[in-house]
Amino acid sequence: MSVMSRIALLGRAGLDTISALGRSGVFLFNALLGRTRFGNSFTLLLKQLYAVGVLSLAIIIVSGLFIGMVLALQGYNILVGYGSEQAVGQMVALTLLRELGPVVTALLFAGRAGSALTAEIGLMKATEQLSSMEMIGVDPLKYVIAPRLWAGFISMPLLSMIFCVVGIWGGALVAVDWLGVYSGSYWSNMQNSVEFFDDVLNGVVKAVVFAFVVTWIAVFQGYDCEPTSEGISRATTRTVVYASLSVLGLDFILTALMF
Amino acid sequence: MTDSSDYIVDLQQITFRRGSRLIFDGVDIRIPRGKVTGIMGPSGCGKTTLLRLIGAQLRPDSGAILVNGENIPELGREQLFAARQHMGMLFQSGALFTDLSVFENVAFPLRVHTQLSEDMIRDLVLLKLQAVGLRGARELMPDELSGGMKRRVALARAIALDPQLMMYDEPFVGQDPISMGVLVRLIRLLNDAMGLTSIVVSHDLAETASIADYLYVVGDGQVLGHGTPEELMNSDKPRIRQFMQGEPDGPVPFHYQAPDYLSDLLHREQK
Repeated sequence: MSVMSRIALLGRAGLDTISALGRSGVFLFNALLGRTRFGNSFTLLLKQLYAVGVLSLAIIIVSGLFIGMVLALQGYNILVGYGSEQAVGQMVALTLLRELGPVVTALLFAGRAGSALTAEIGLMKATEQLSSMEMIGVDPLKYVIAPRLWAGFISMPLLSMIFCVVGIWGGALVAVDWLGVYSGSYWSNMQNSVEFFDDVLNGVVKAVVFAFVVTWIAVFQGYDCEPTSEGISRATTRTVVYASLSVLGLDFILTALMF
Repeated sequence: MTDSSDYIVDLQQITFRRGSRLIFDGVDIRIPRGKVTGIMGPSGCGKTTLLRLIGAQLRPDSGAILVNGENIPELGREQLFAARQHMGMLFQSGALFTDLSVFENVAFPLRVHTQLSEDMIRDLVLLKLQAVGLRGARELMPDELSGGMKRRVALARAIALDPQLMMYDEPFVGQDPISMGVLVRLIRLLNDAMGLTSIVVSHDLAETASIADYLYVVGDGQVLGHGTPEELMNSDKPRIRQFMQGEPDGPVPFHYQAPDYLSDLLHREQK
């Protein structure tokens, strides 16, 4: 392959990326802005909140519990060497609220709900359901995409909070009930060191940003996929890969800005 | 052009490309109001693309597409969705919403576009399902239906809002003789009973010719010919004759473009 054609390929890839970014921006704009003409949009949202949010609860709760337990176990083993195992509650809470809560929830959400969204929308496209909706005079961006986007935006931050709560409780289970850290110091050290604005709210802000990015990527990949079985499988993979990388990259930027 | 003009759809000098491939090159097609018009041509000649252009799911590179006098490609998003309420389209796959029952599929356009009471919606849905003979199947889910039944439910859904224009994308493909007969009869019957205008895109010659009042034959990005089925059957243009008589060889060669057969066999080093 000649040098020129390599450069041309690079240029083509760059142009494709920019055009996909443009398409996804217009897509988001059309889906979220403008009025919805359909009276039952709340019912549609409720259905998606169930599919995207409620059905993700199990994986979030189980993961939160184990991550909290592991954090307490690891923290205790290190802190006990310095005689400061009383600080394990503080460590578990700060780690979860600032970092692991939003990040791990977003990664799990991308795998559980994001991939499902992409596959569902992609299959609707492949079976011409989106086209037939258009021909019935219903905008699929408003009817199919918008409720899924809102459901993701709303449910992921809530899932992240649930993750943190369950994680802190799991940490207490290990540290207090198993390893024998005094329960008063576990909770009061946590209470003294965790700031509402600095820690809790910043964590929620992170979760909101991740929710936006992950859901946007998932629905766009479904809507923009090639309507074949390989196309859908590639789009689903892309959702998980792009969403995970974006979450990790954004986490670094947000952490640098916040703390 | 007014609403009462003789032609409901008027395609003027349509050019459409997909990538570097030219699908239509200055095509003019006019669809007479109240008639069944067949659009025929070999597979892959862009017949389905034509329907998607009329429904504005694709935009032409140049030319005007007038539907009831409105130039469809120039409409804004809101106006376009309003214009589509007067069009019905039957997709090749049926394209039923898989999470909704037969009843809810047919009720869908009524629910989103009208403020009718639940009783009224029920009556209308049963009316449309009765027209396609599937009133008894209203509780079934799409995956419990046969291919022919799916297409009939999709037809009931497409006529739910009483459109002025019905478009059928290859309605006869993959149907057994009974379902095929049912569909042929339904298309004609609905057109006449509801005062519709129908466009049937198909390569099934006998079925389409039997119900169409007027036929267009397209190929190579052009309109090869148009006229009543009888006129086309008796056409002396070689391309039309080959298509209408189903001759394997003629202006459209049997063989894909290839080097000379004998020299190809003798040069074994080439793959």
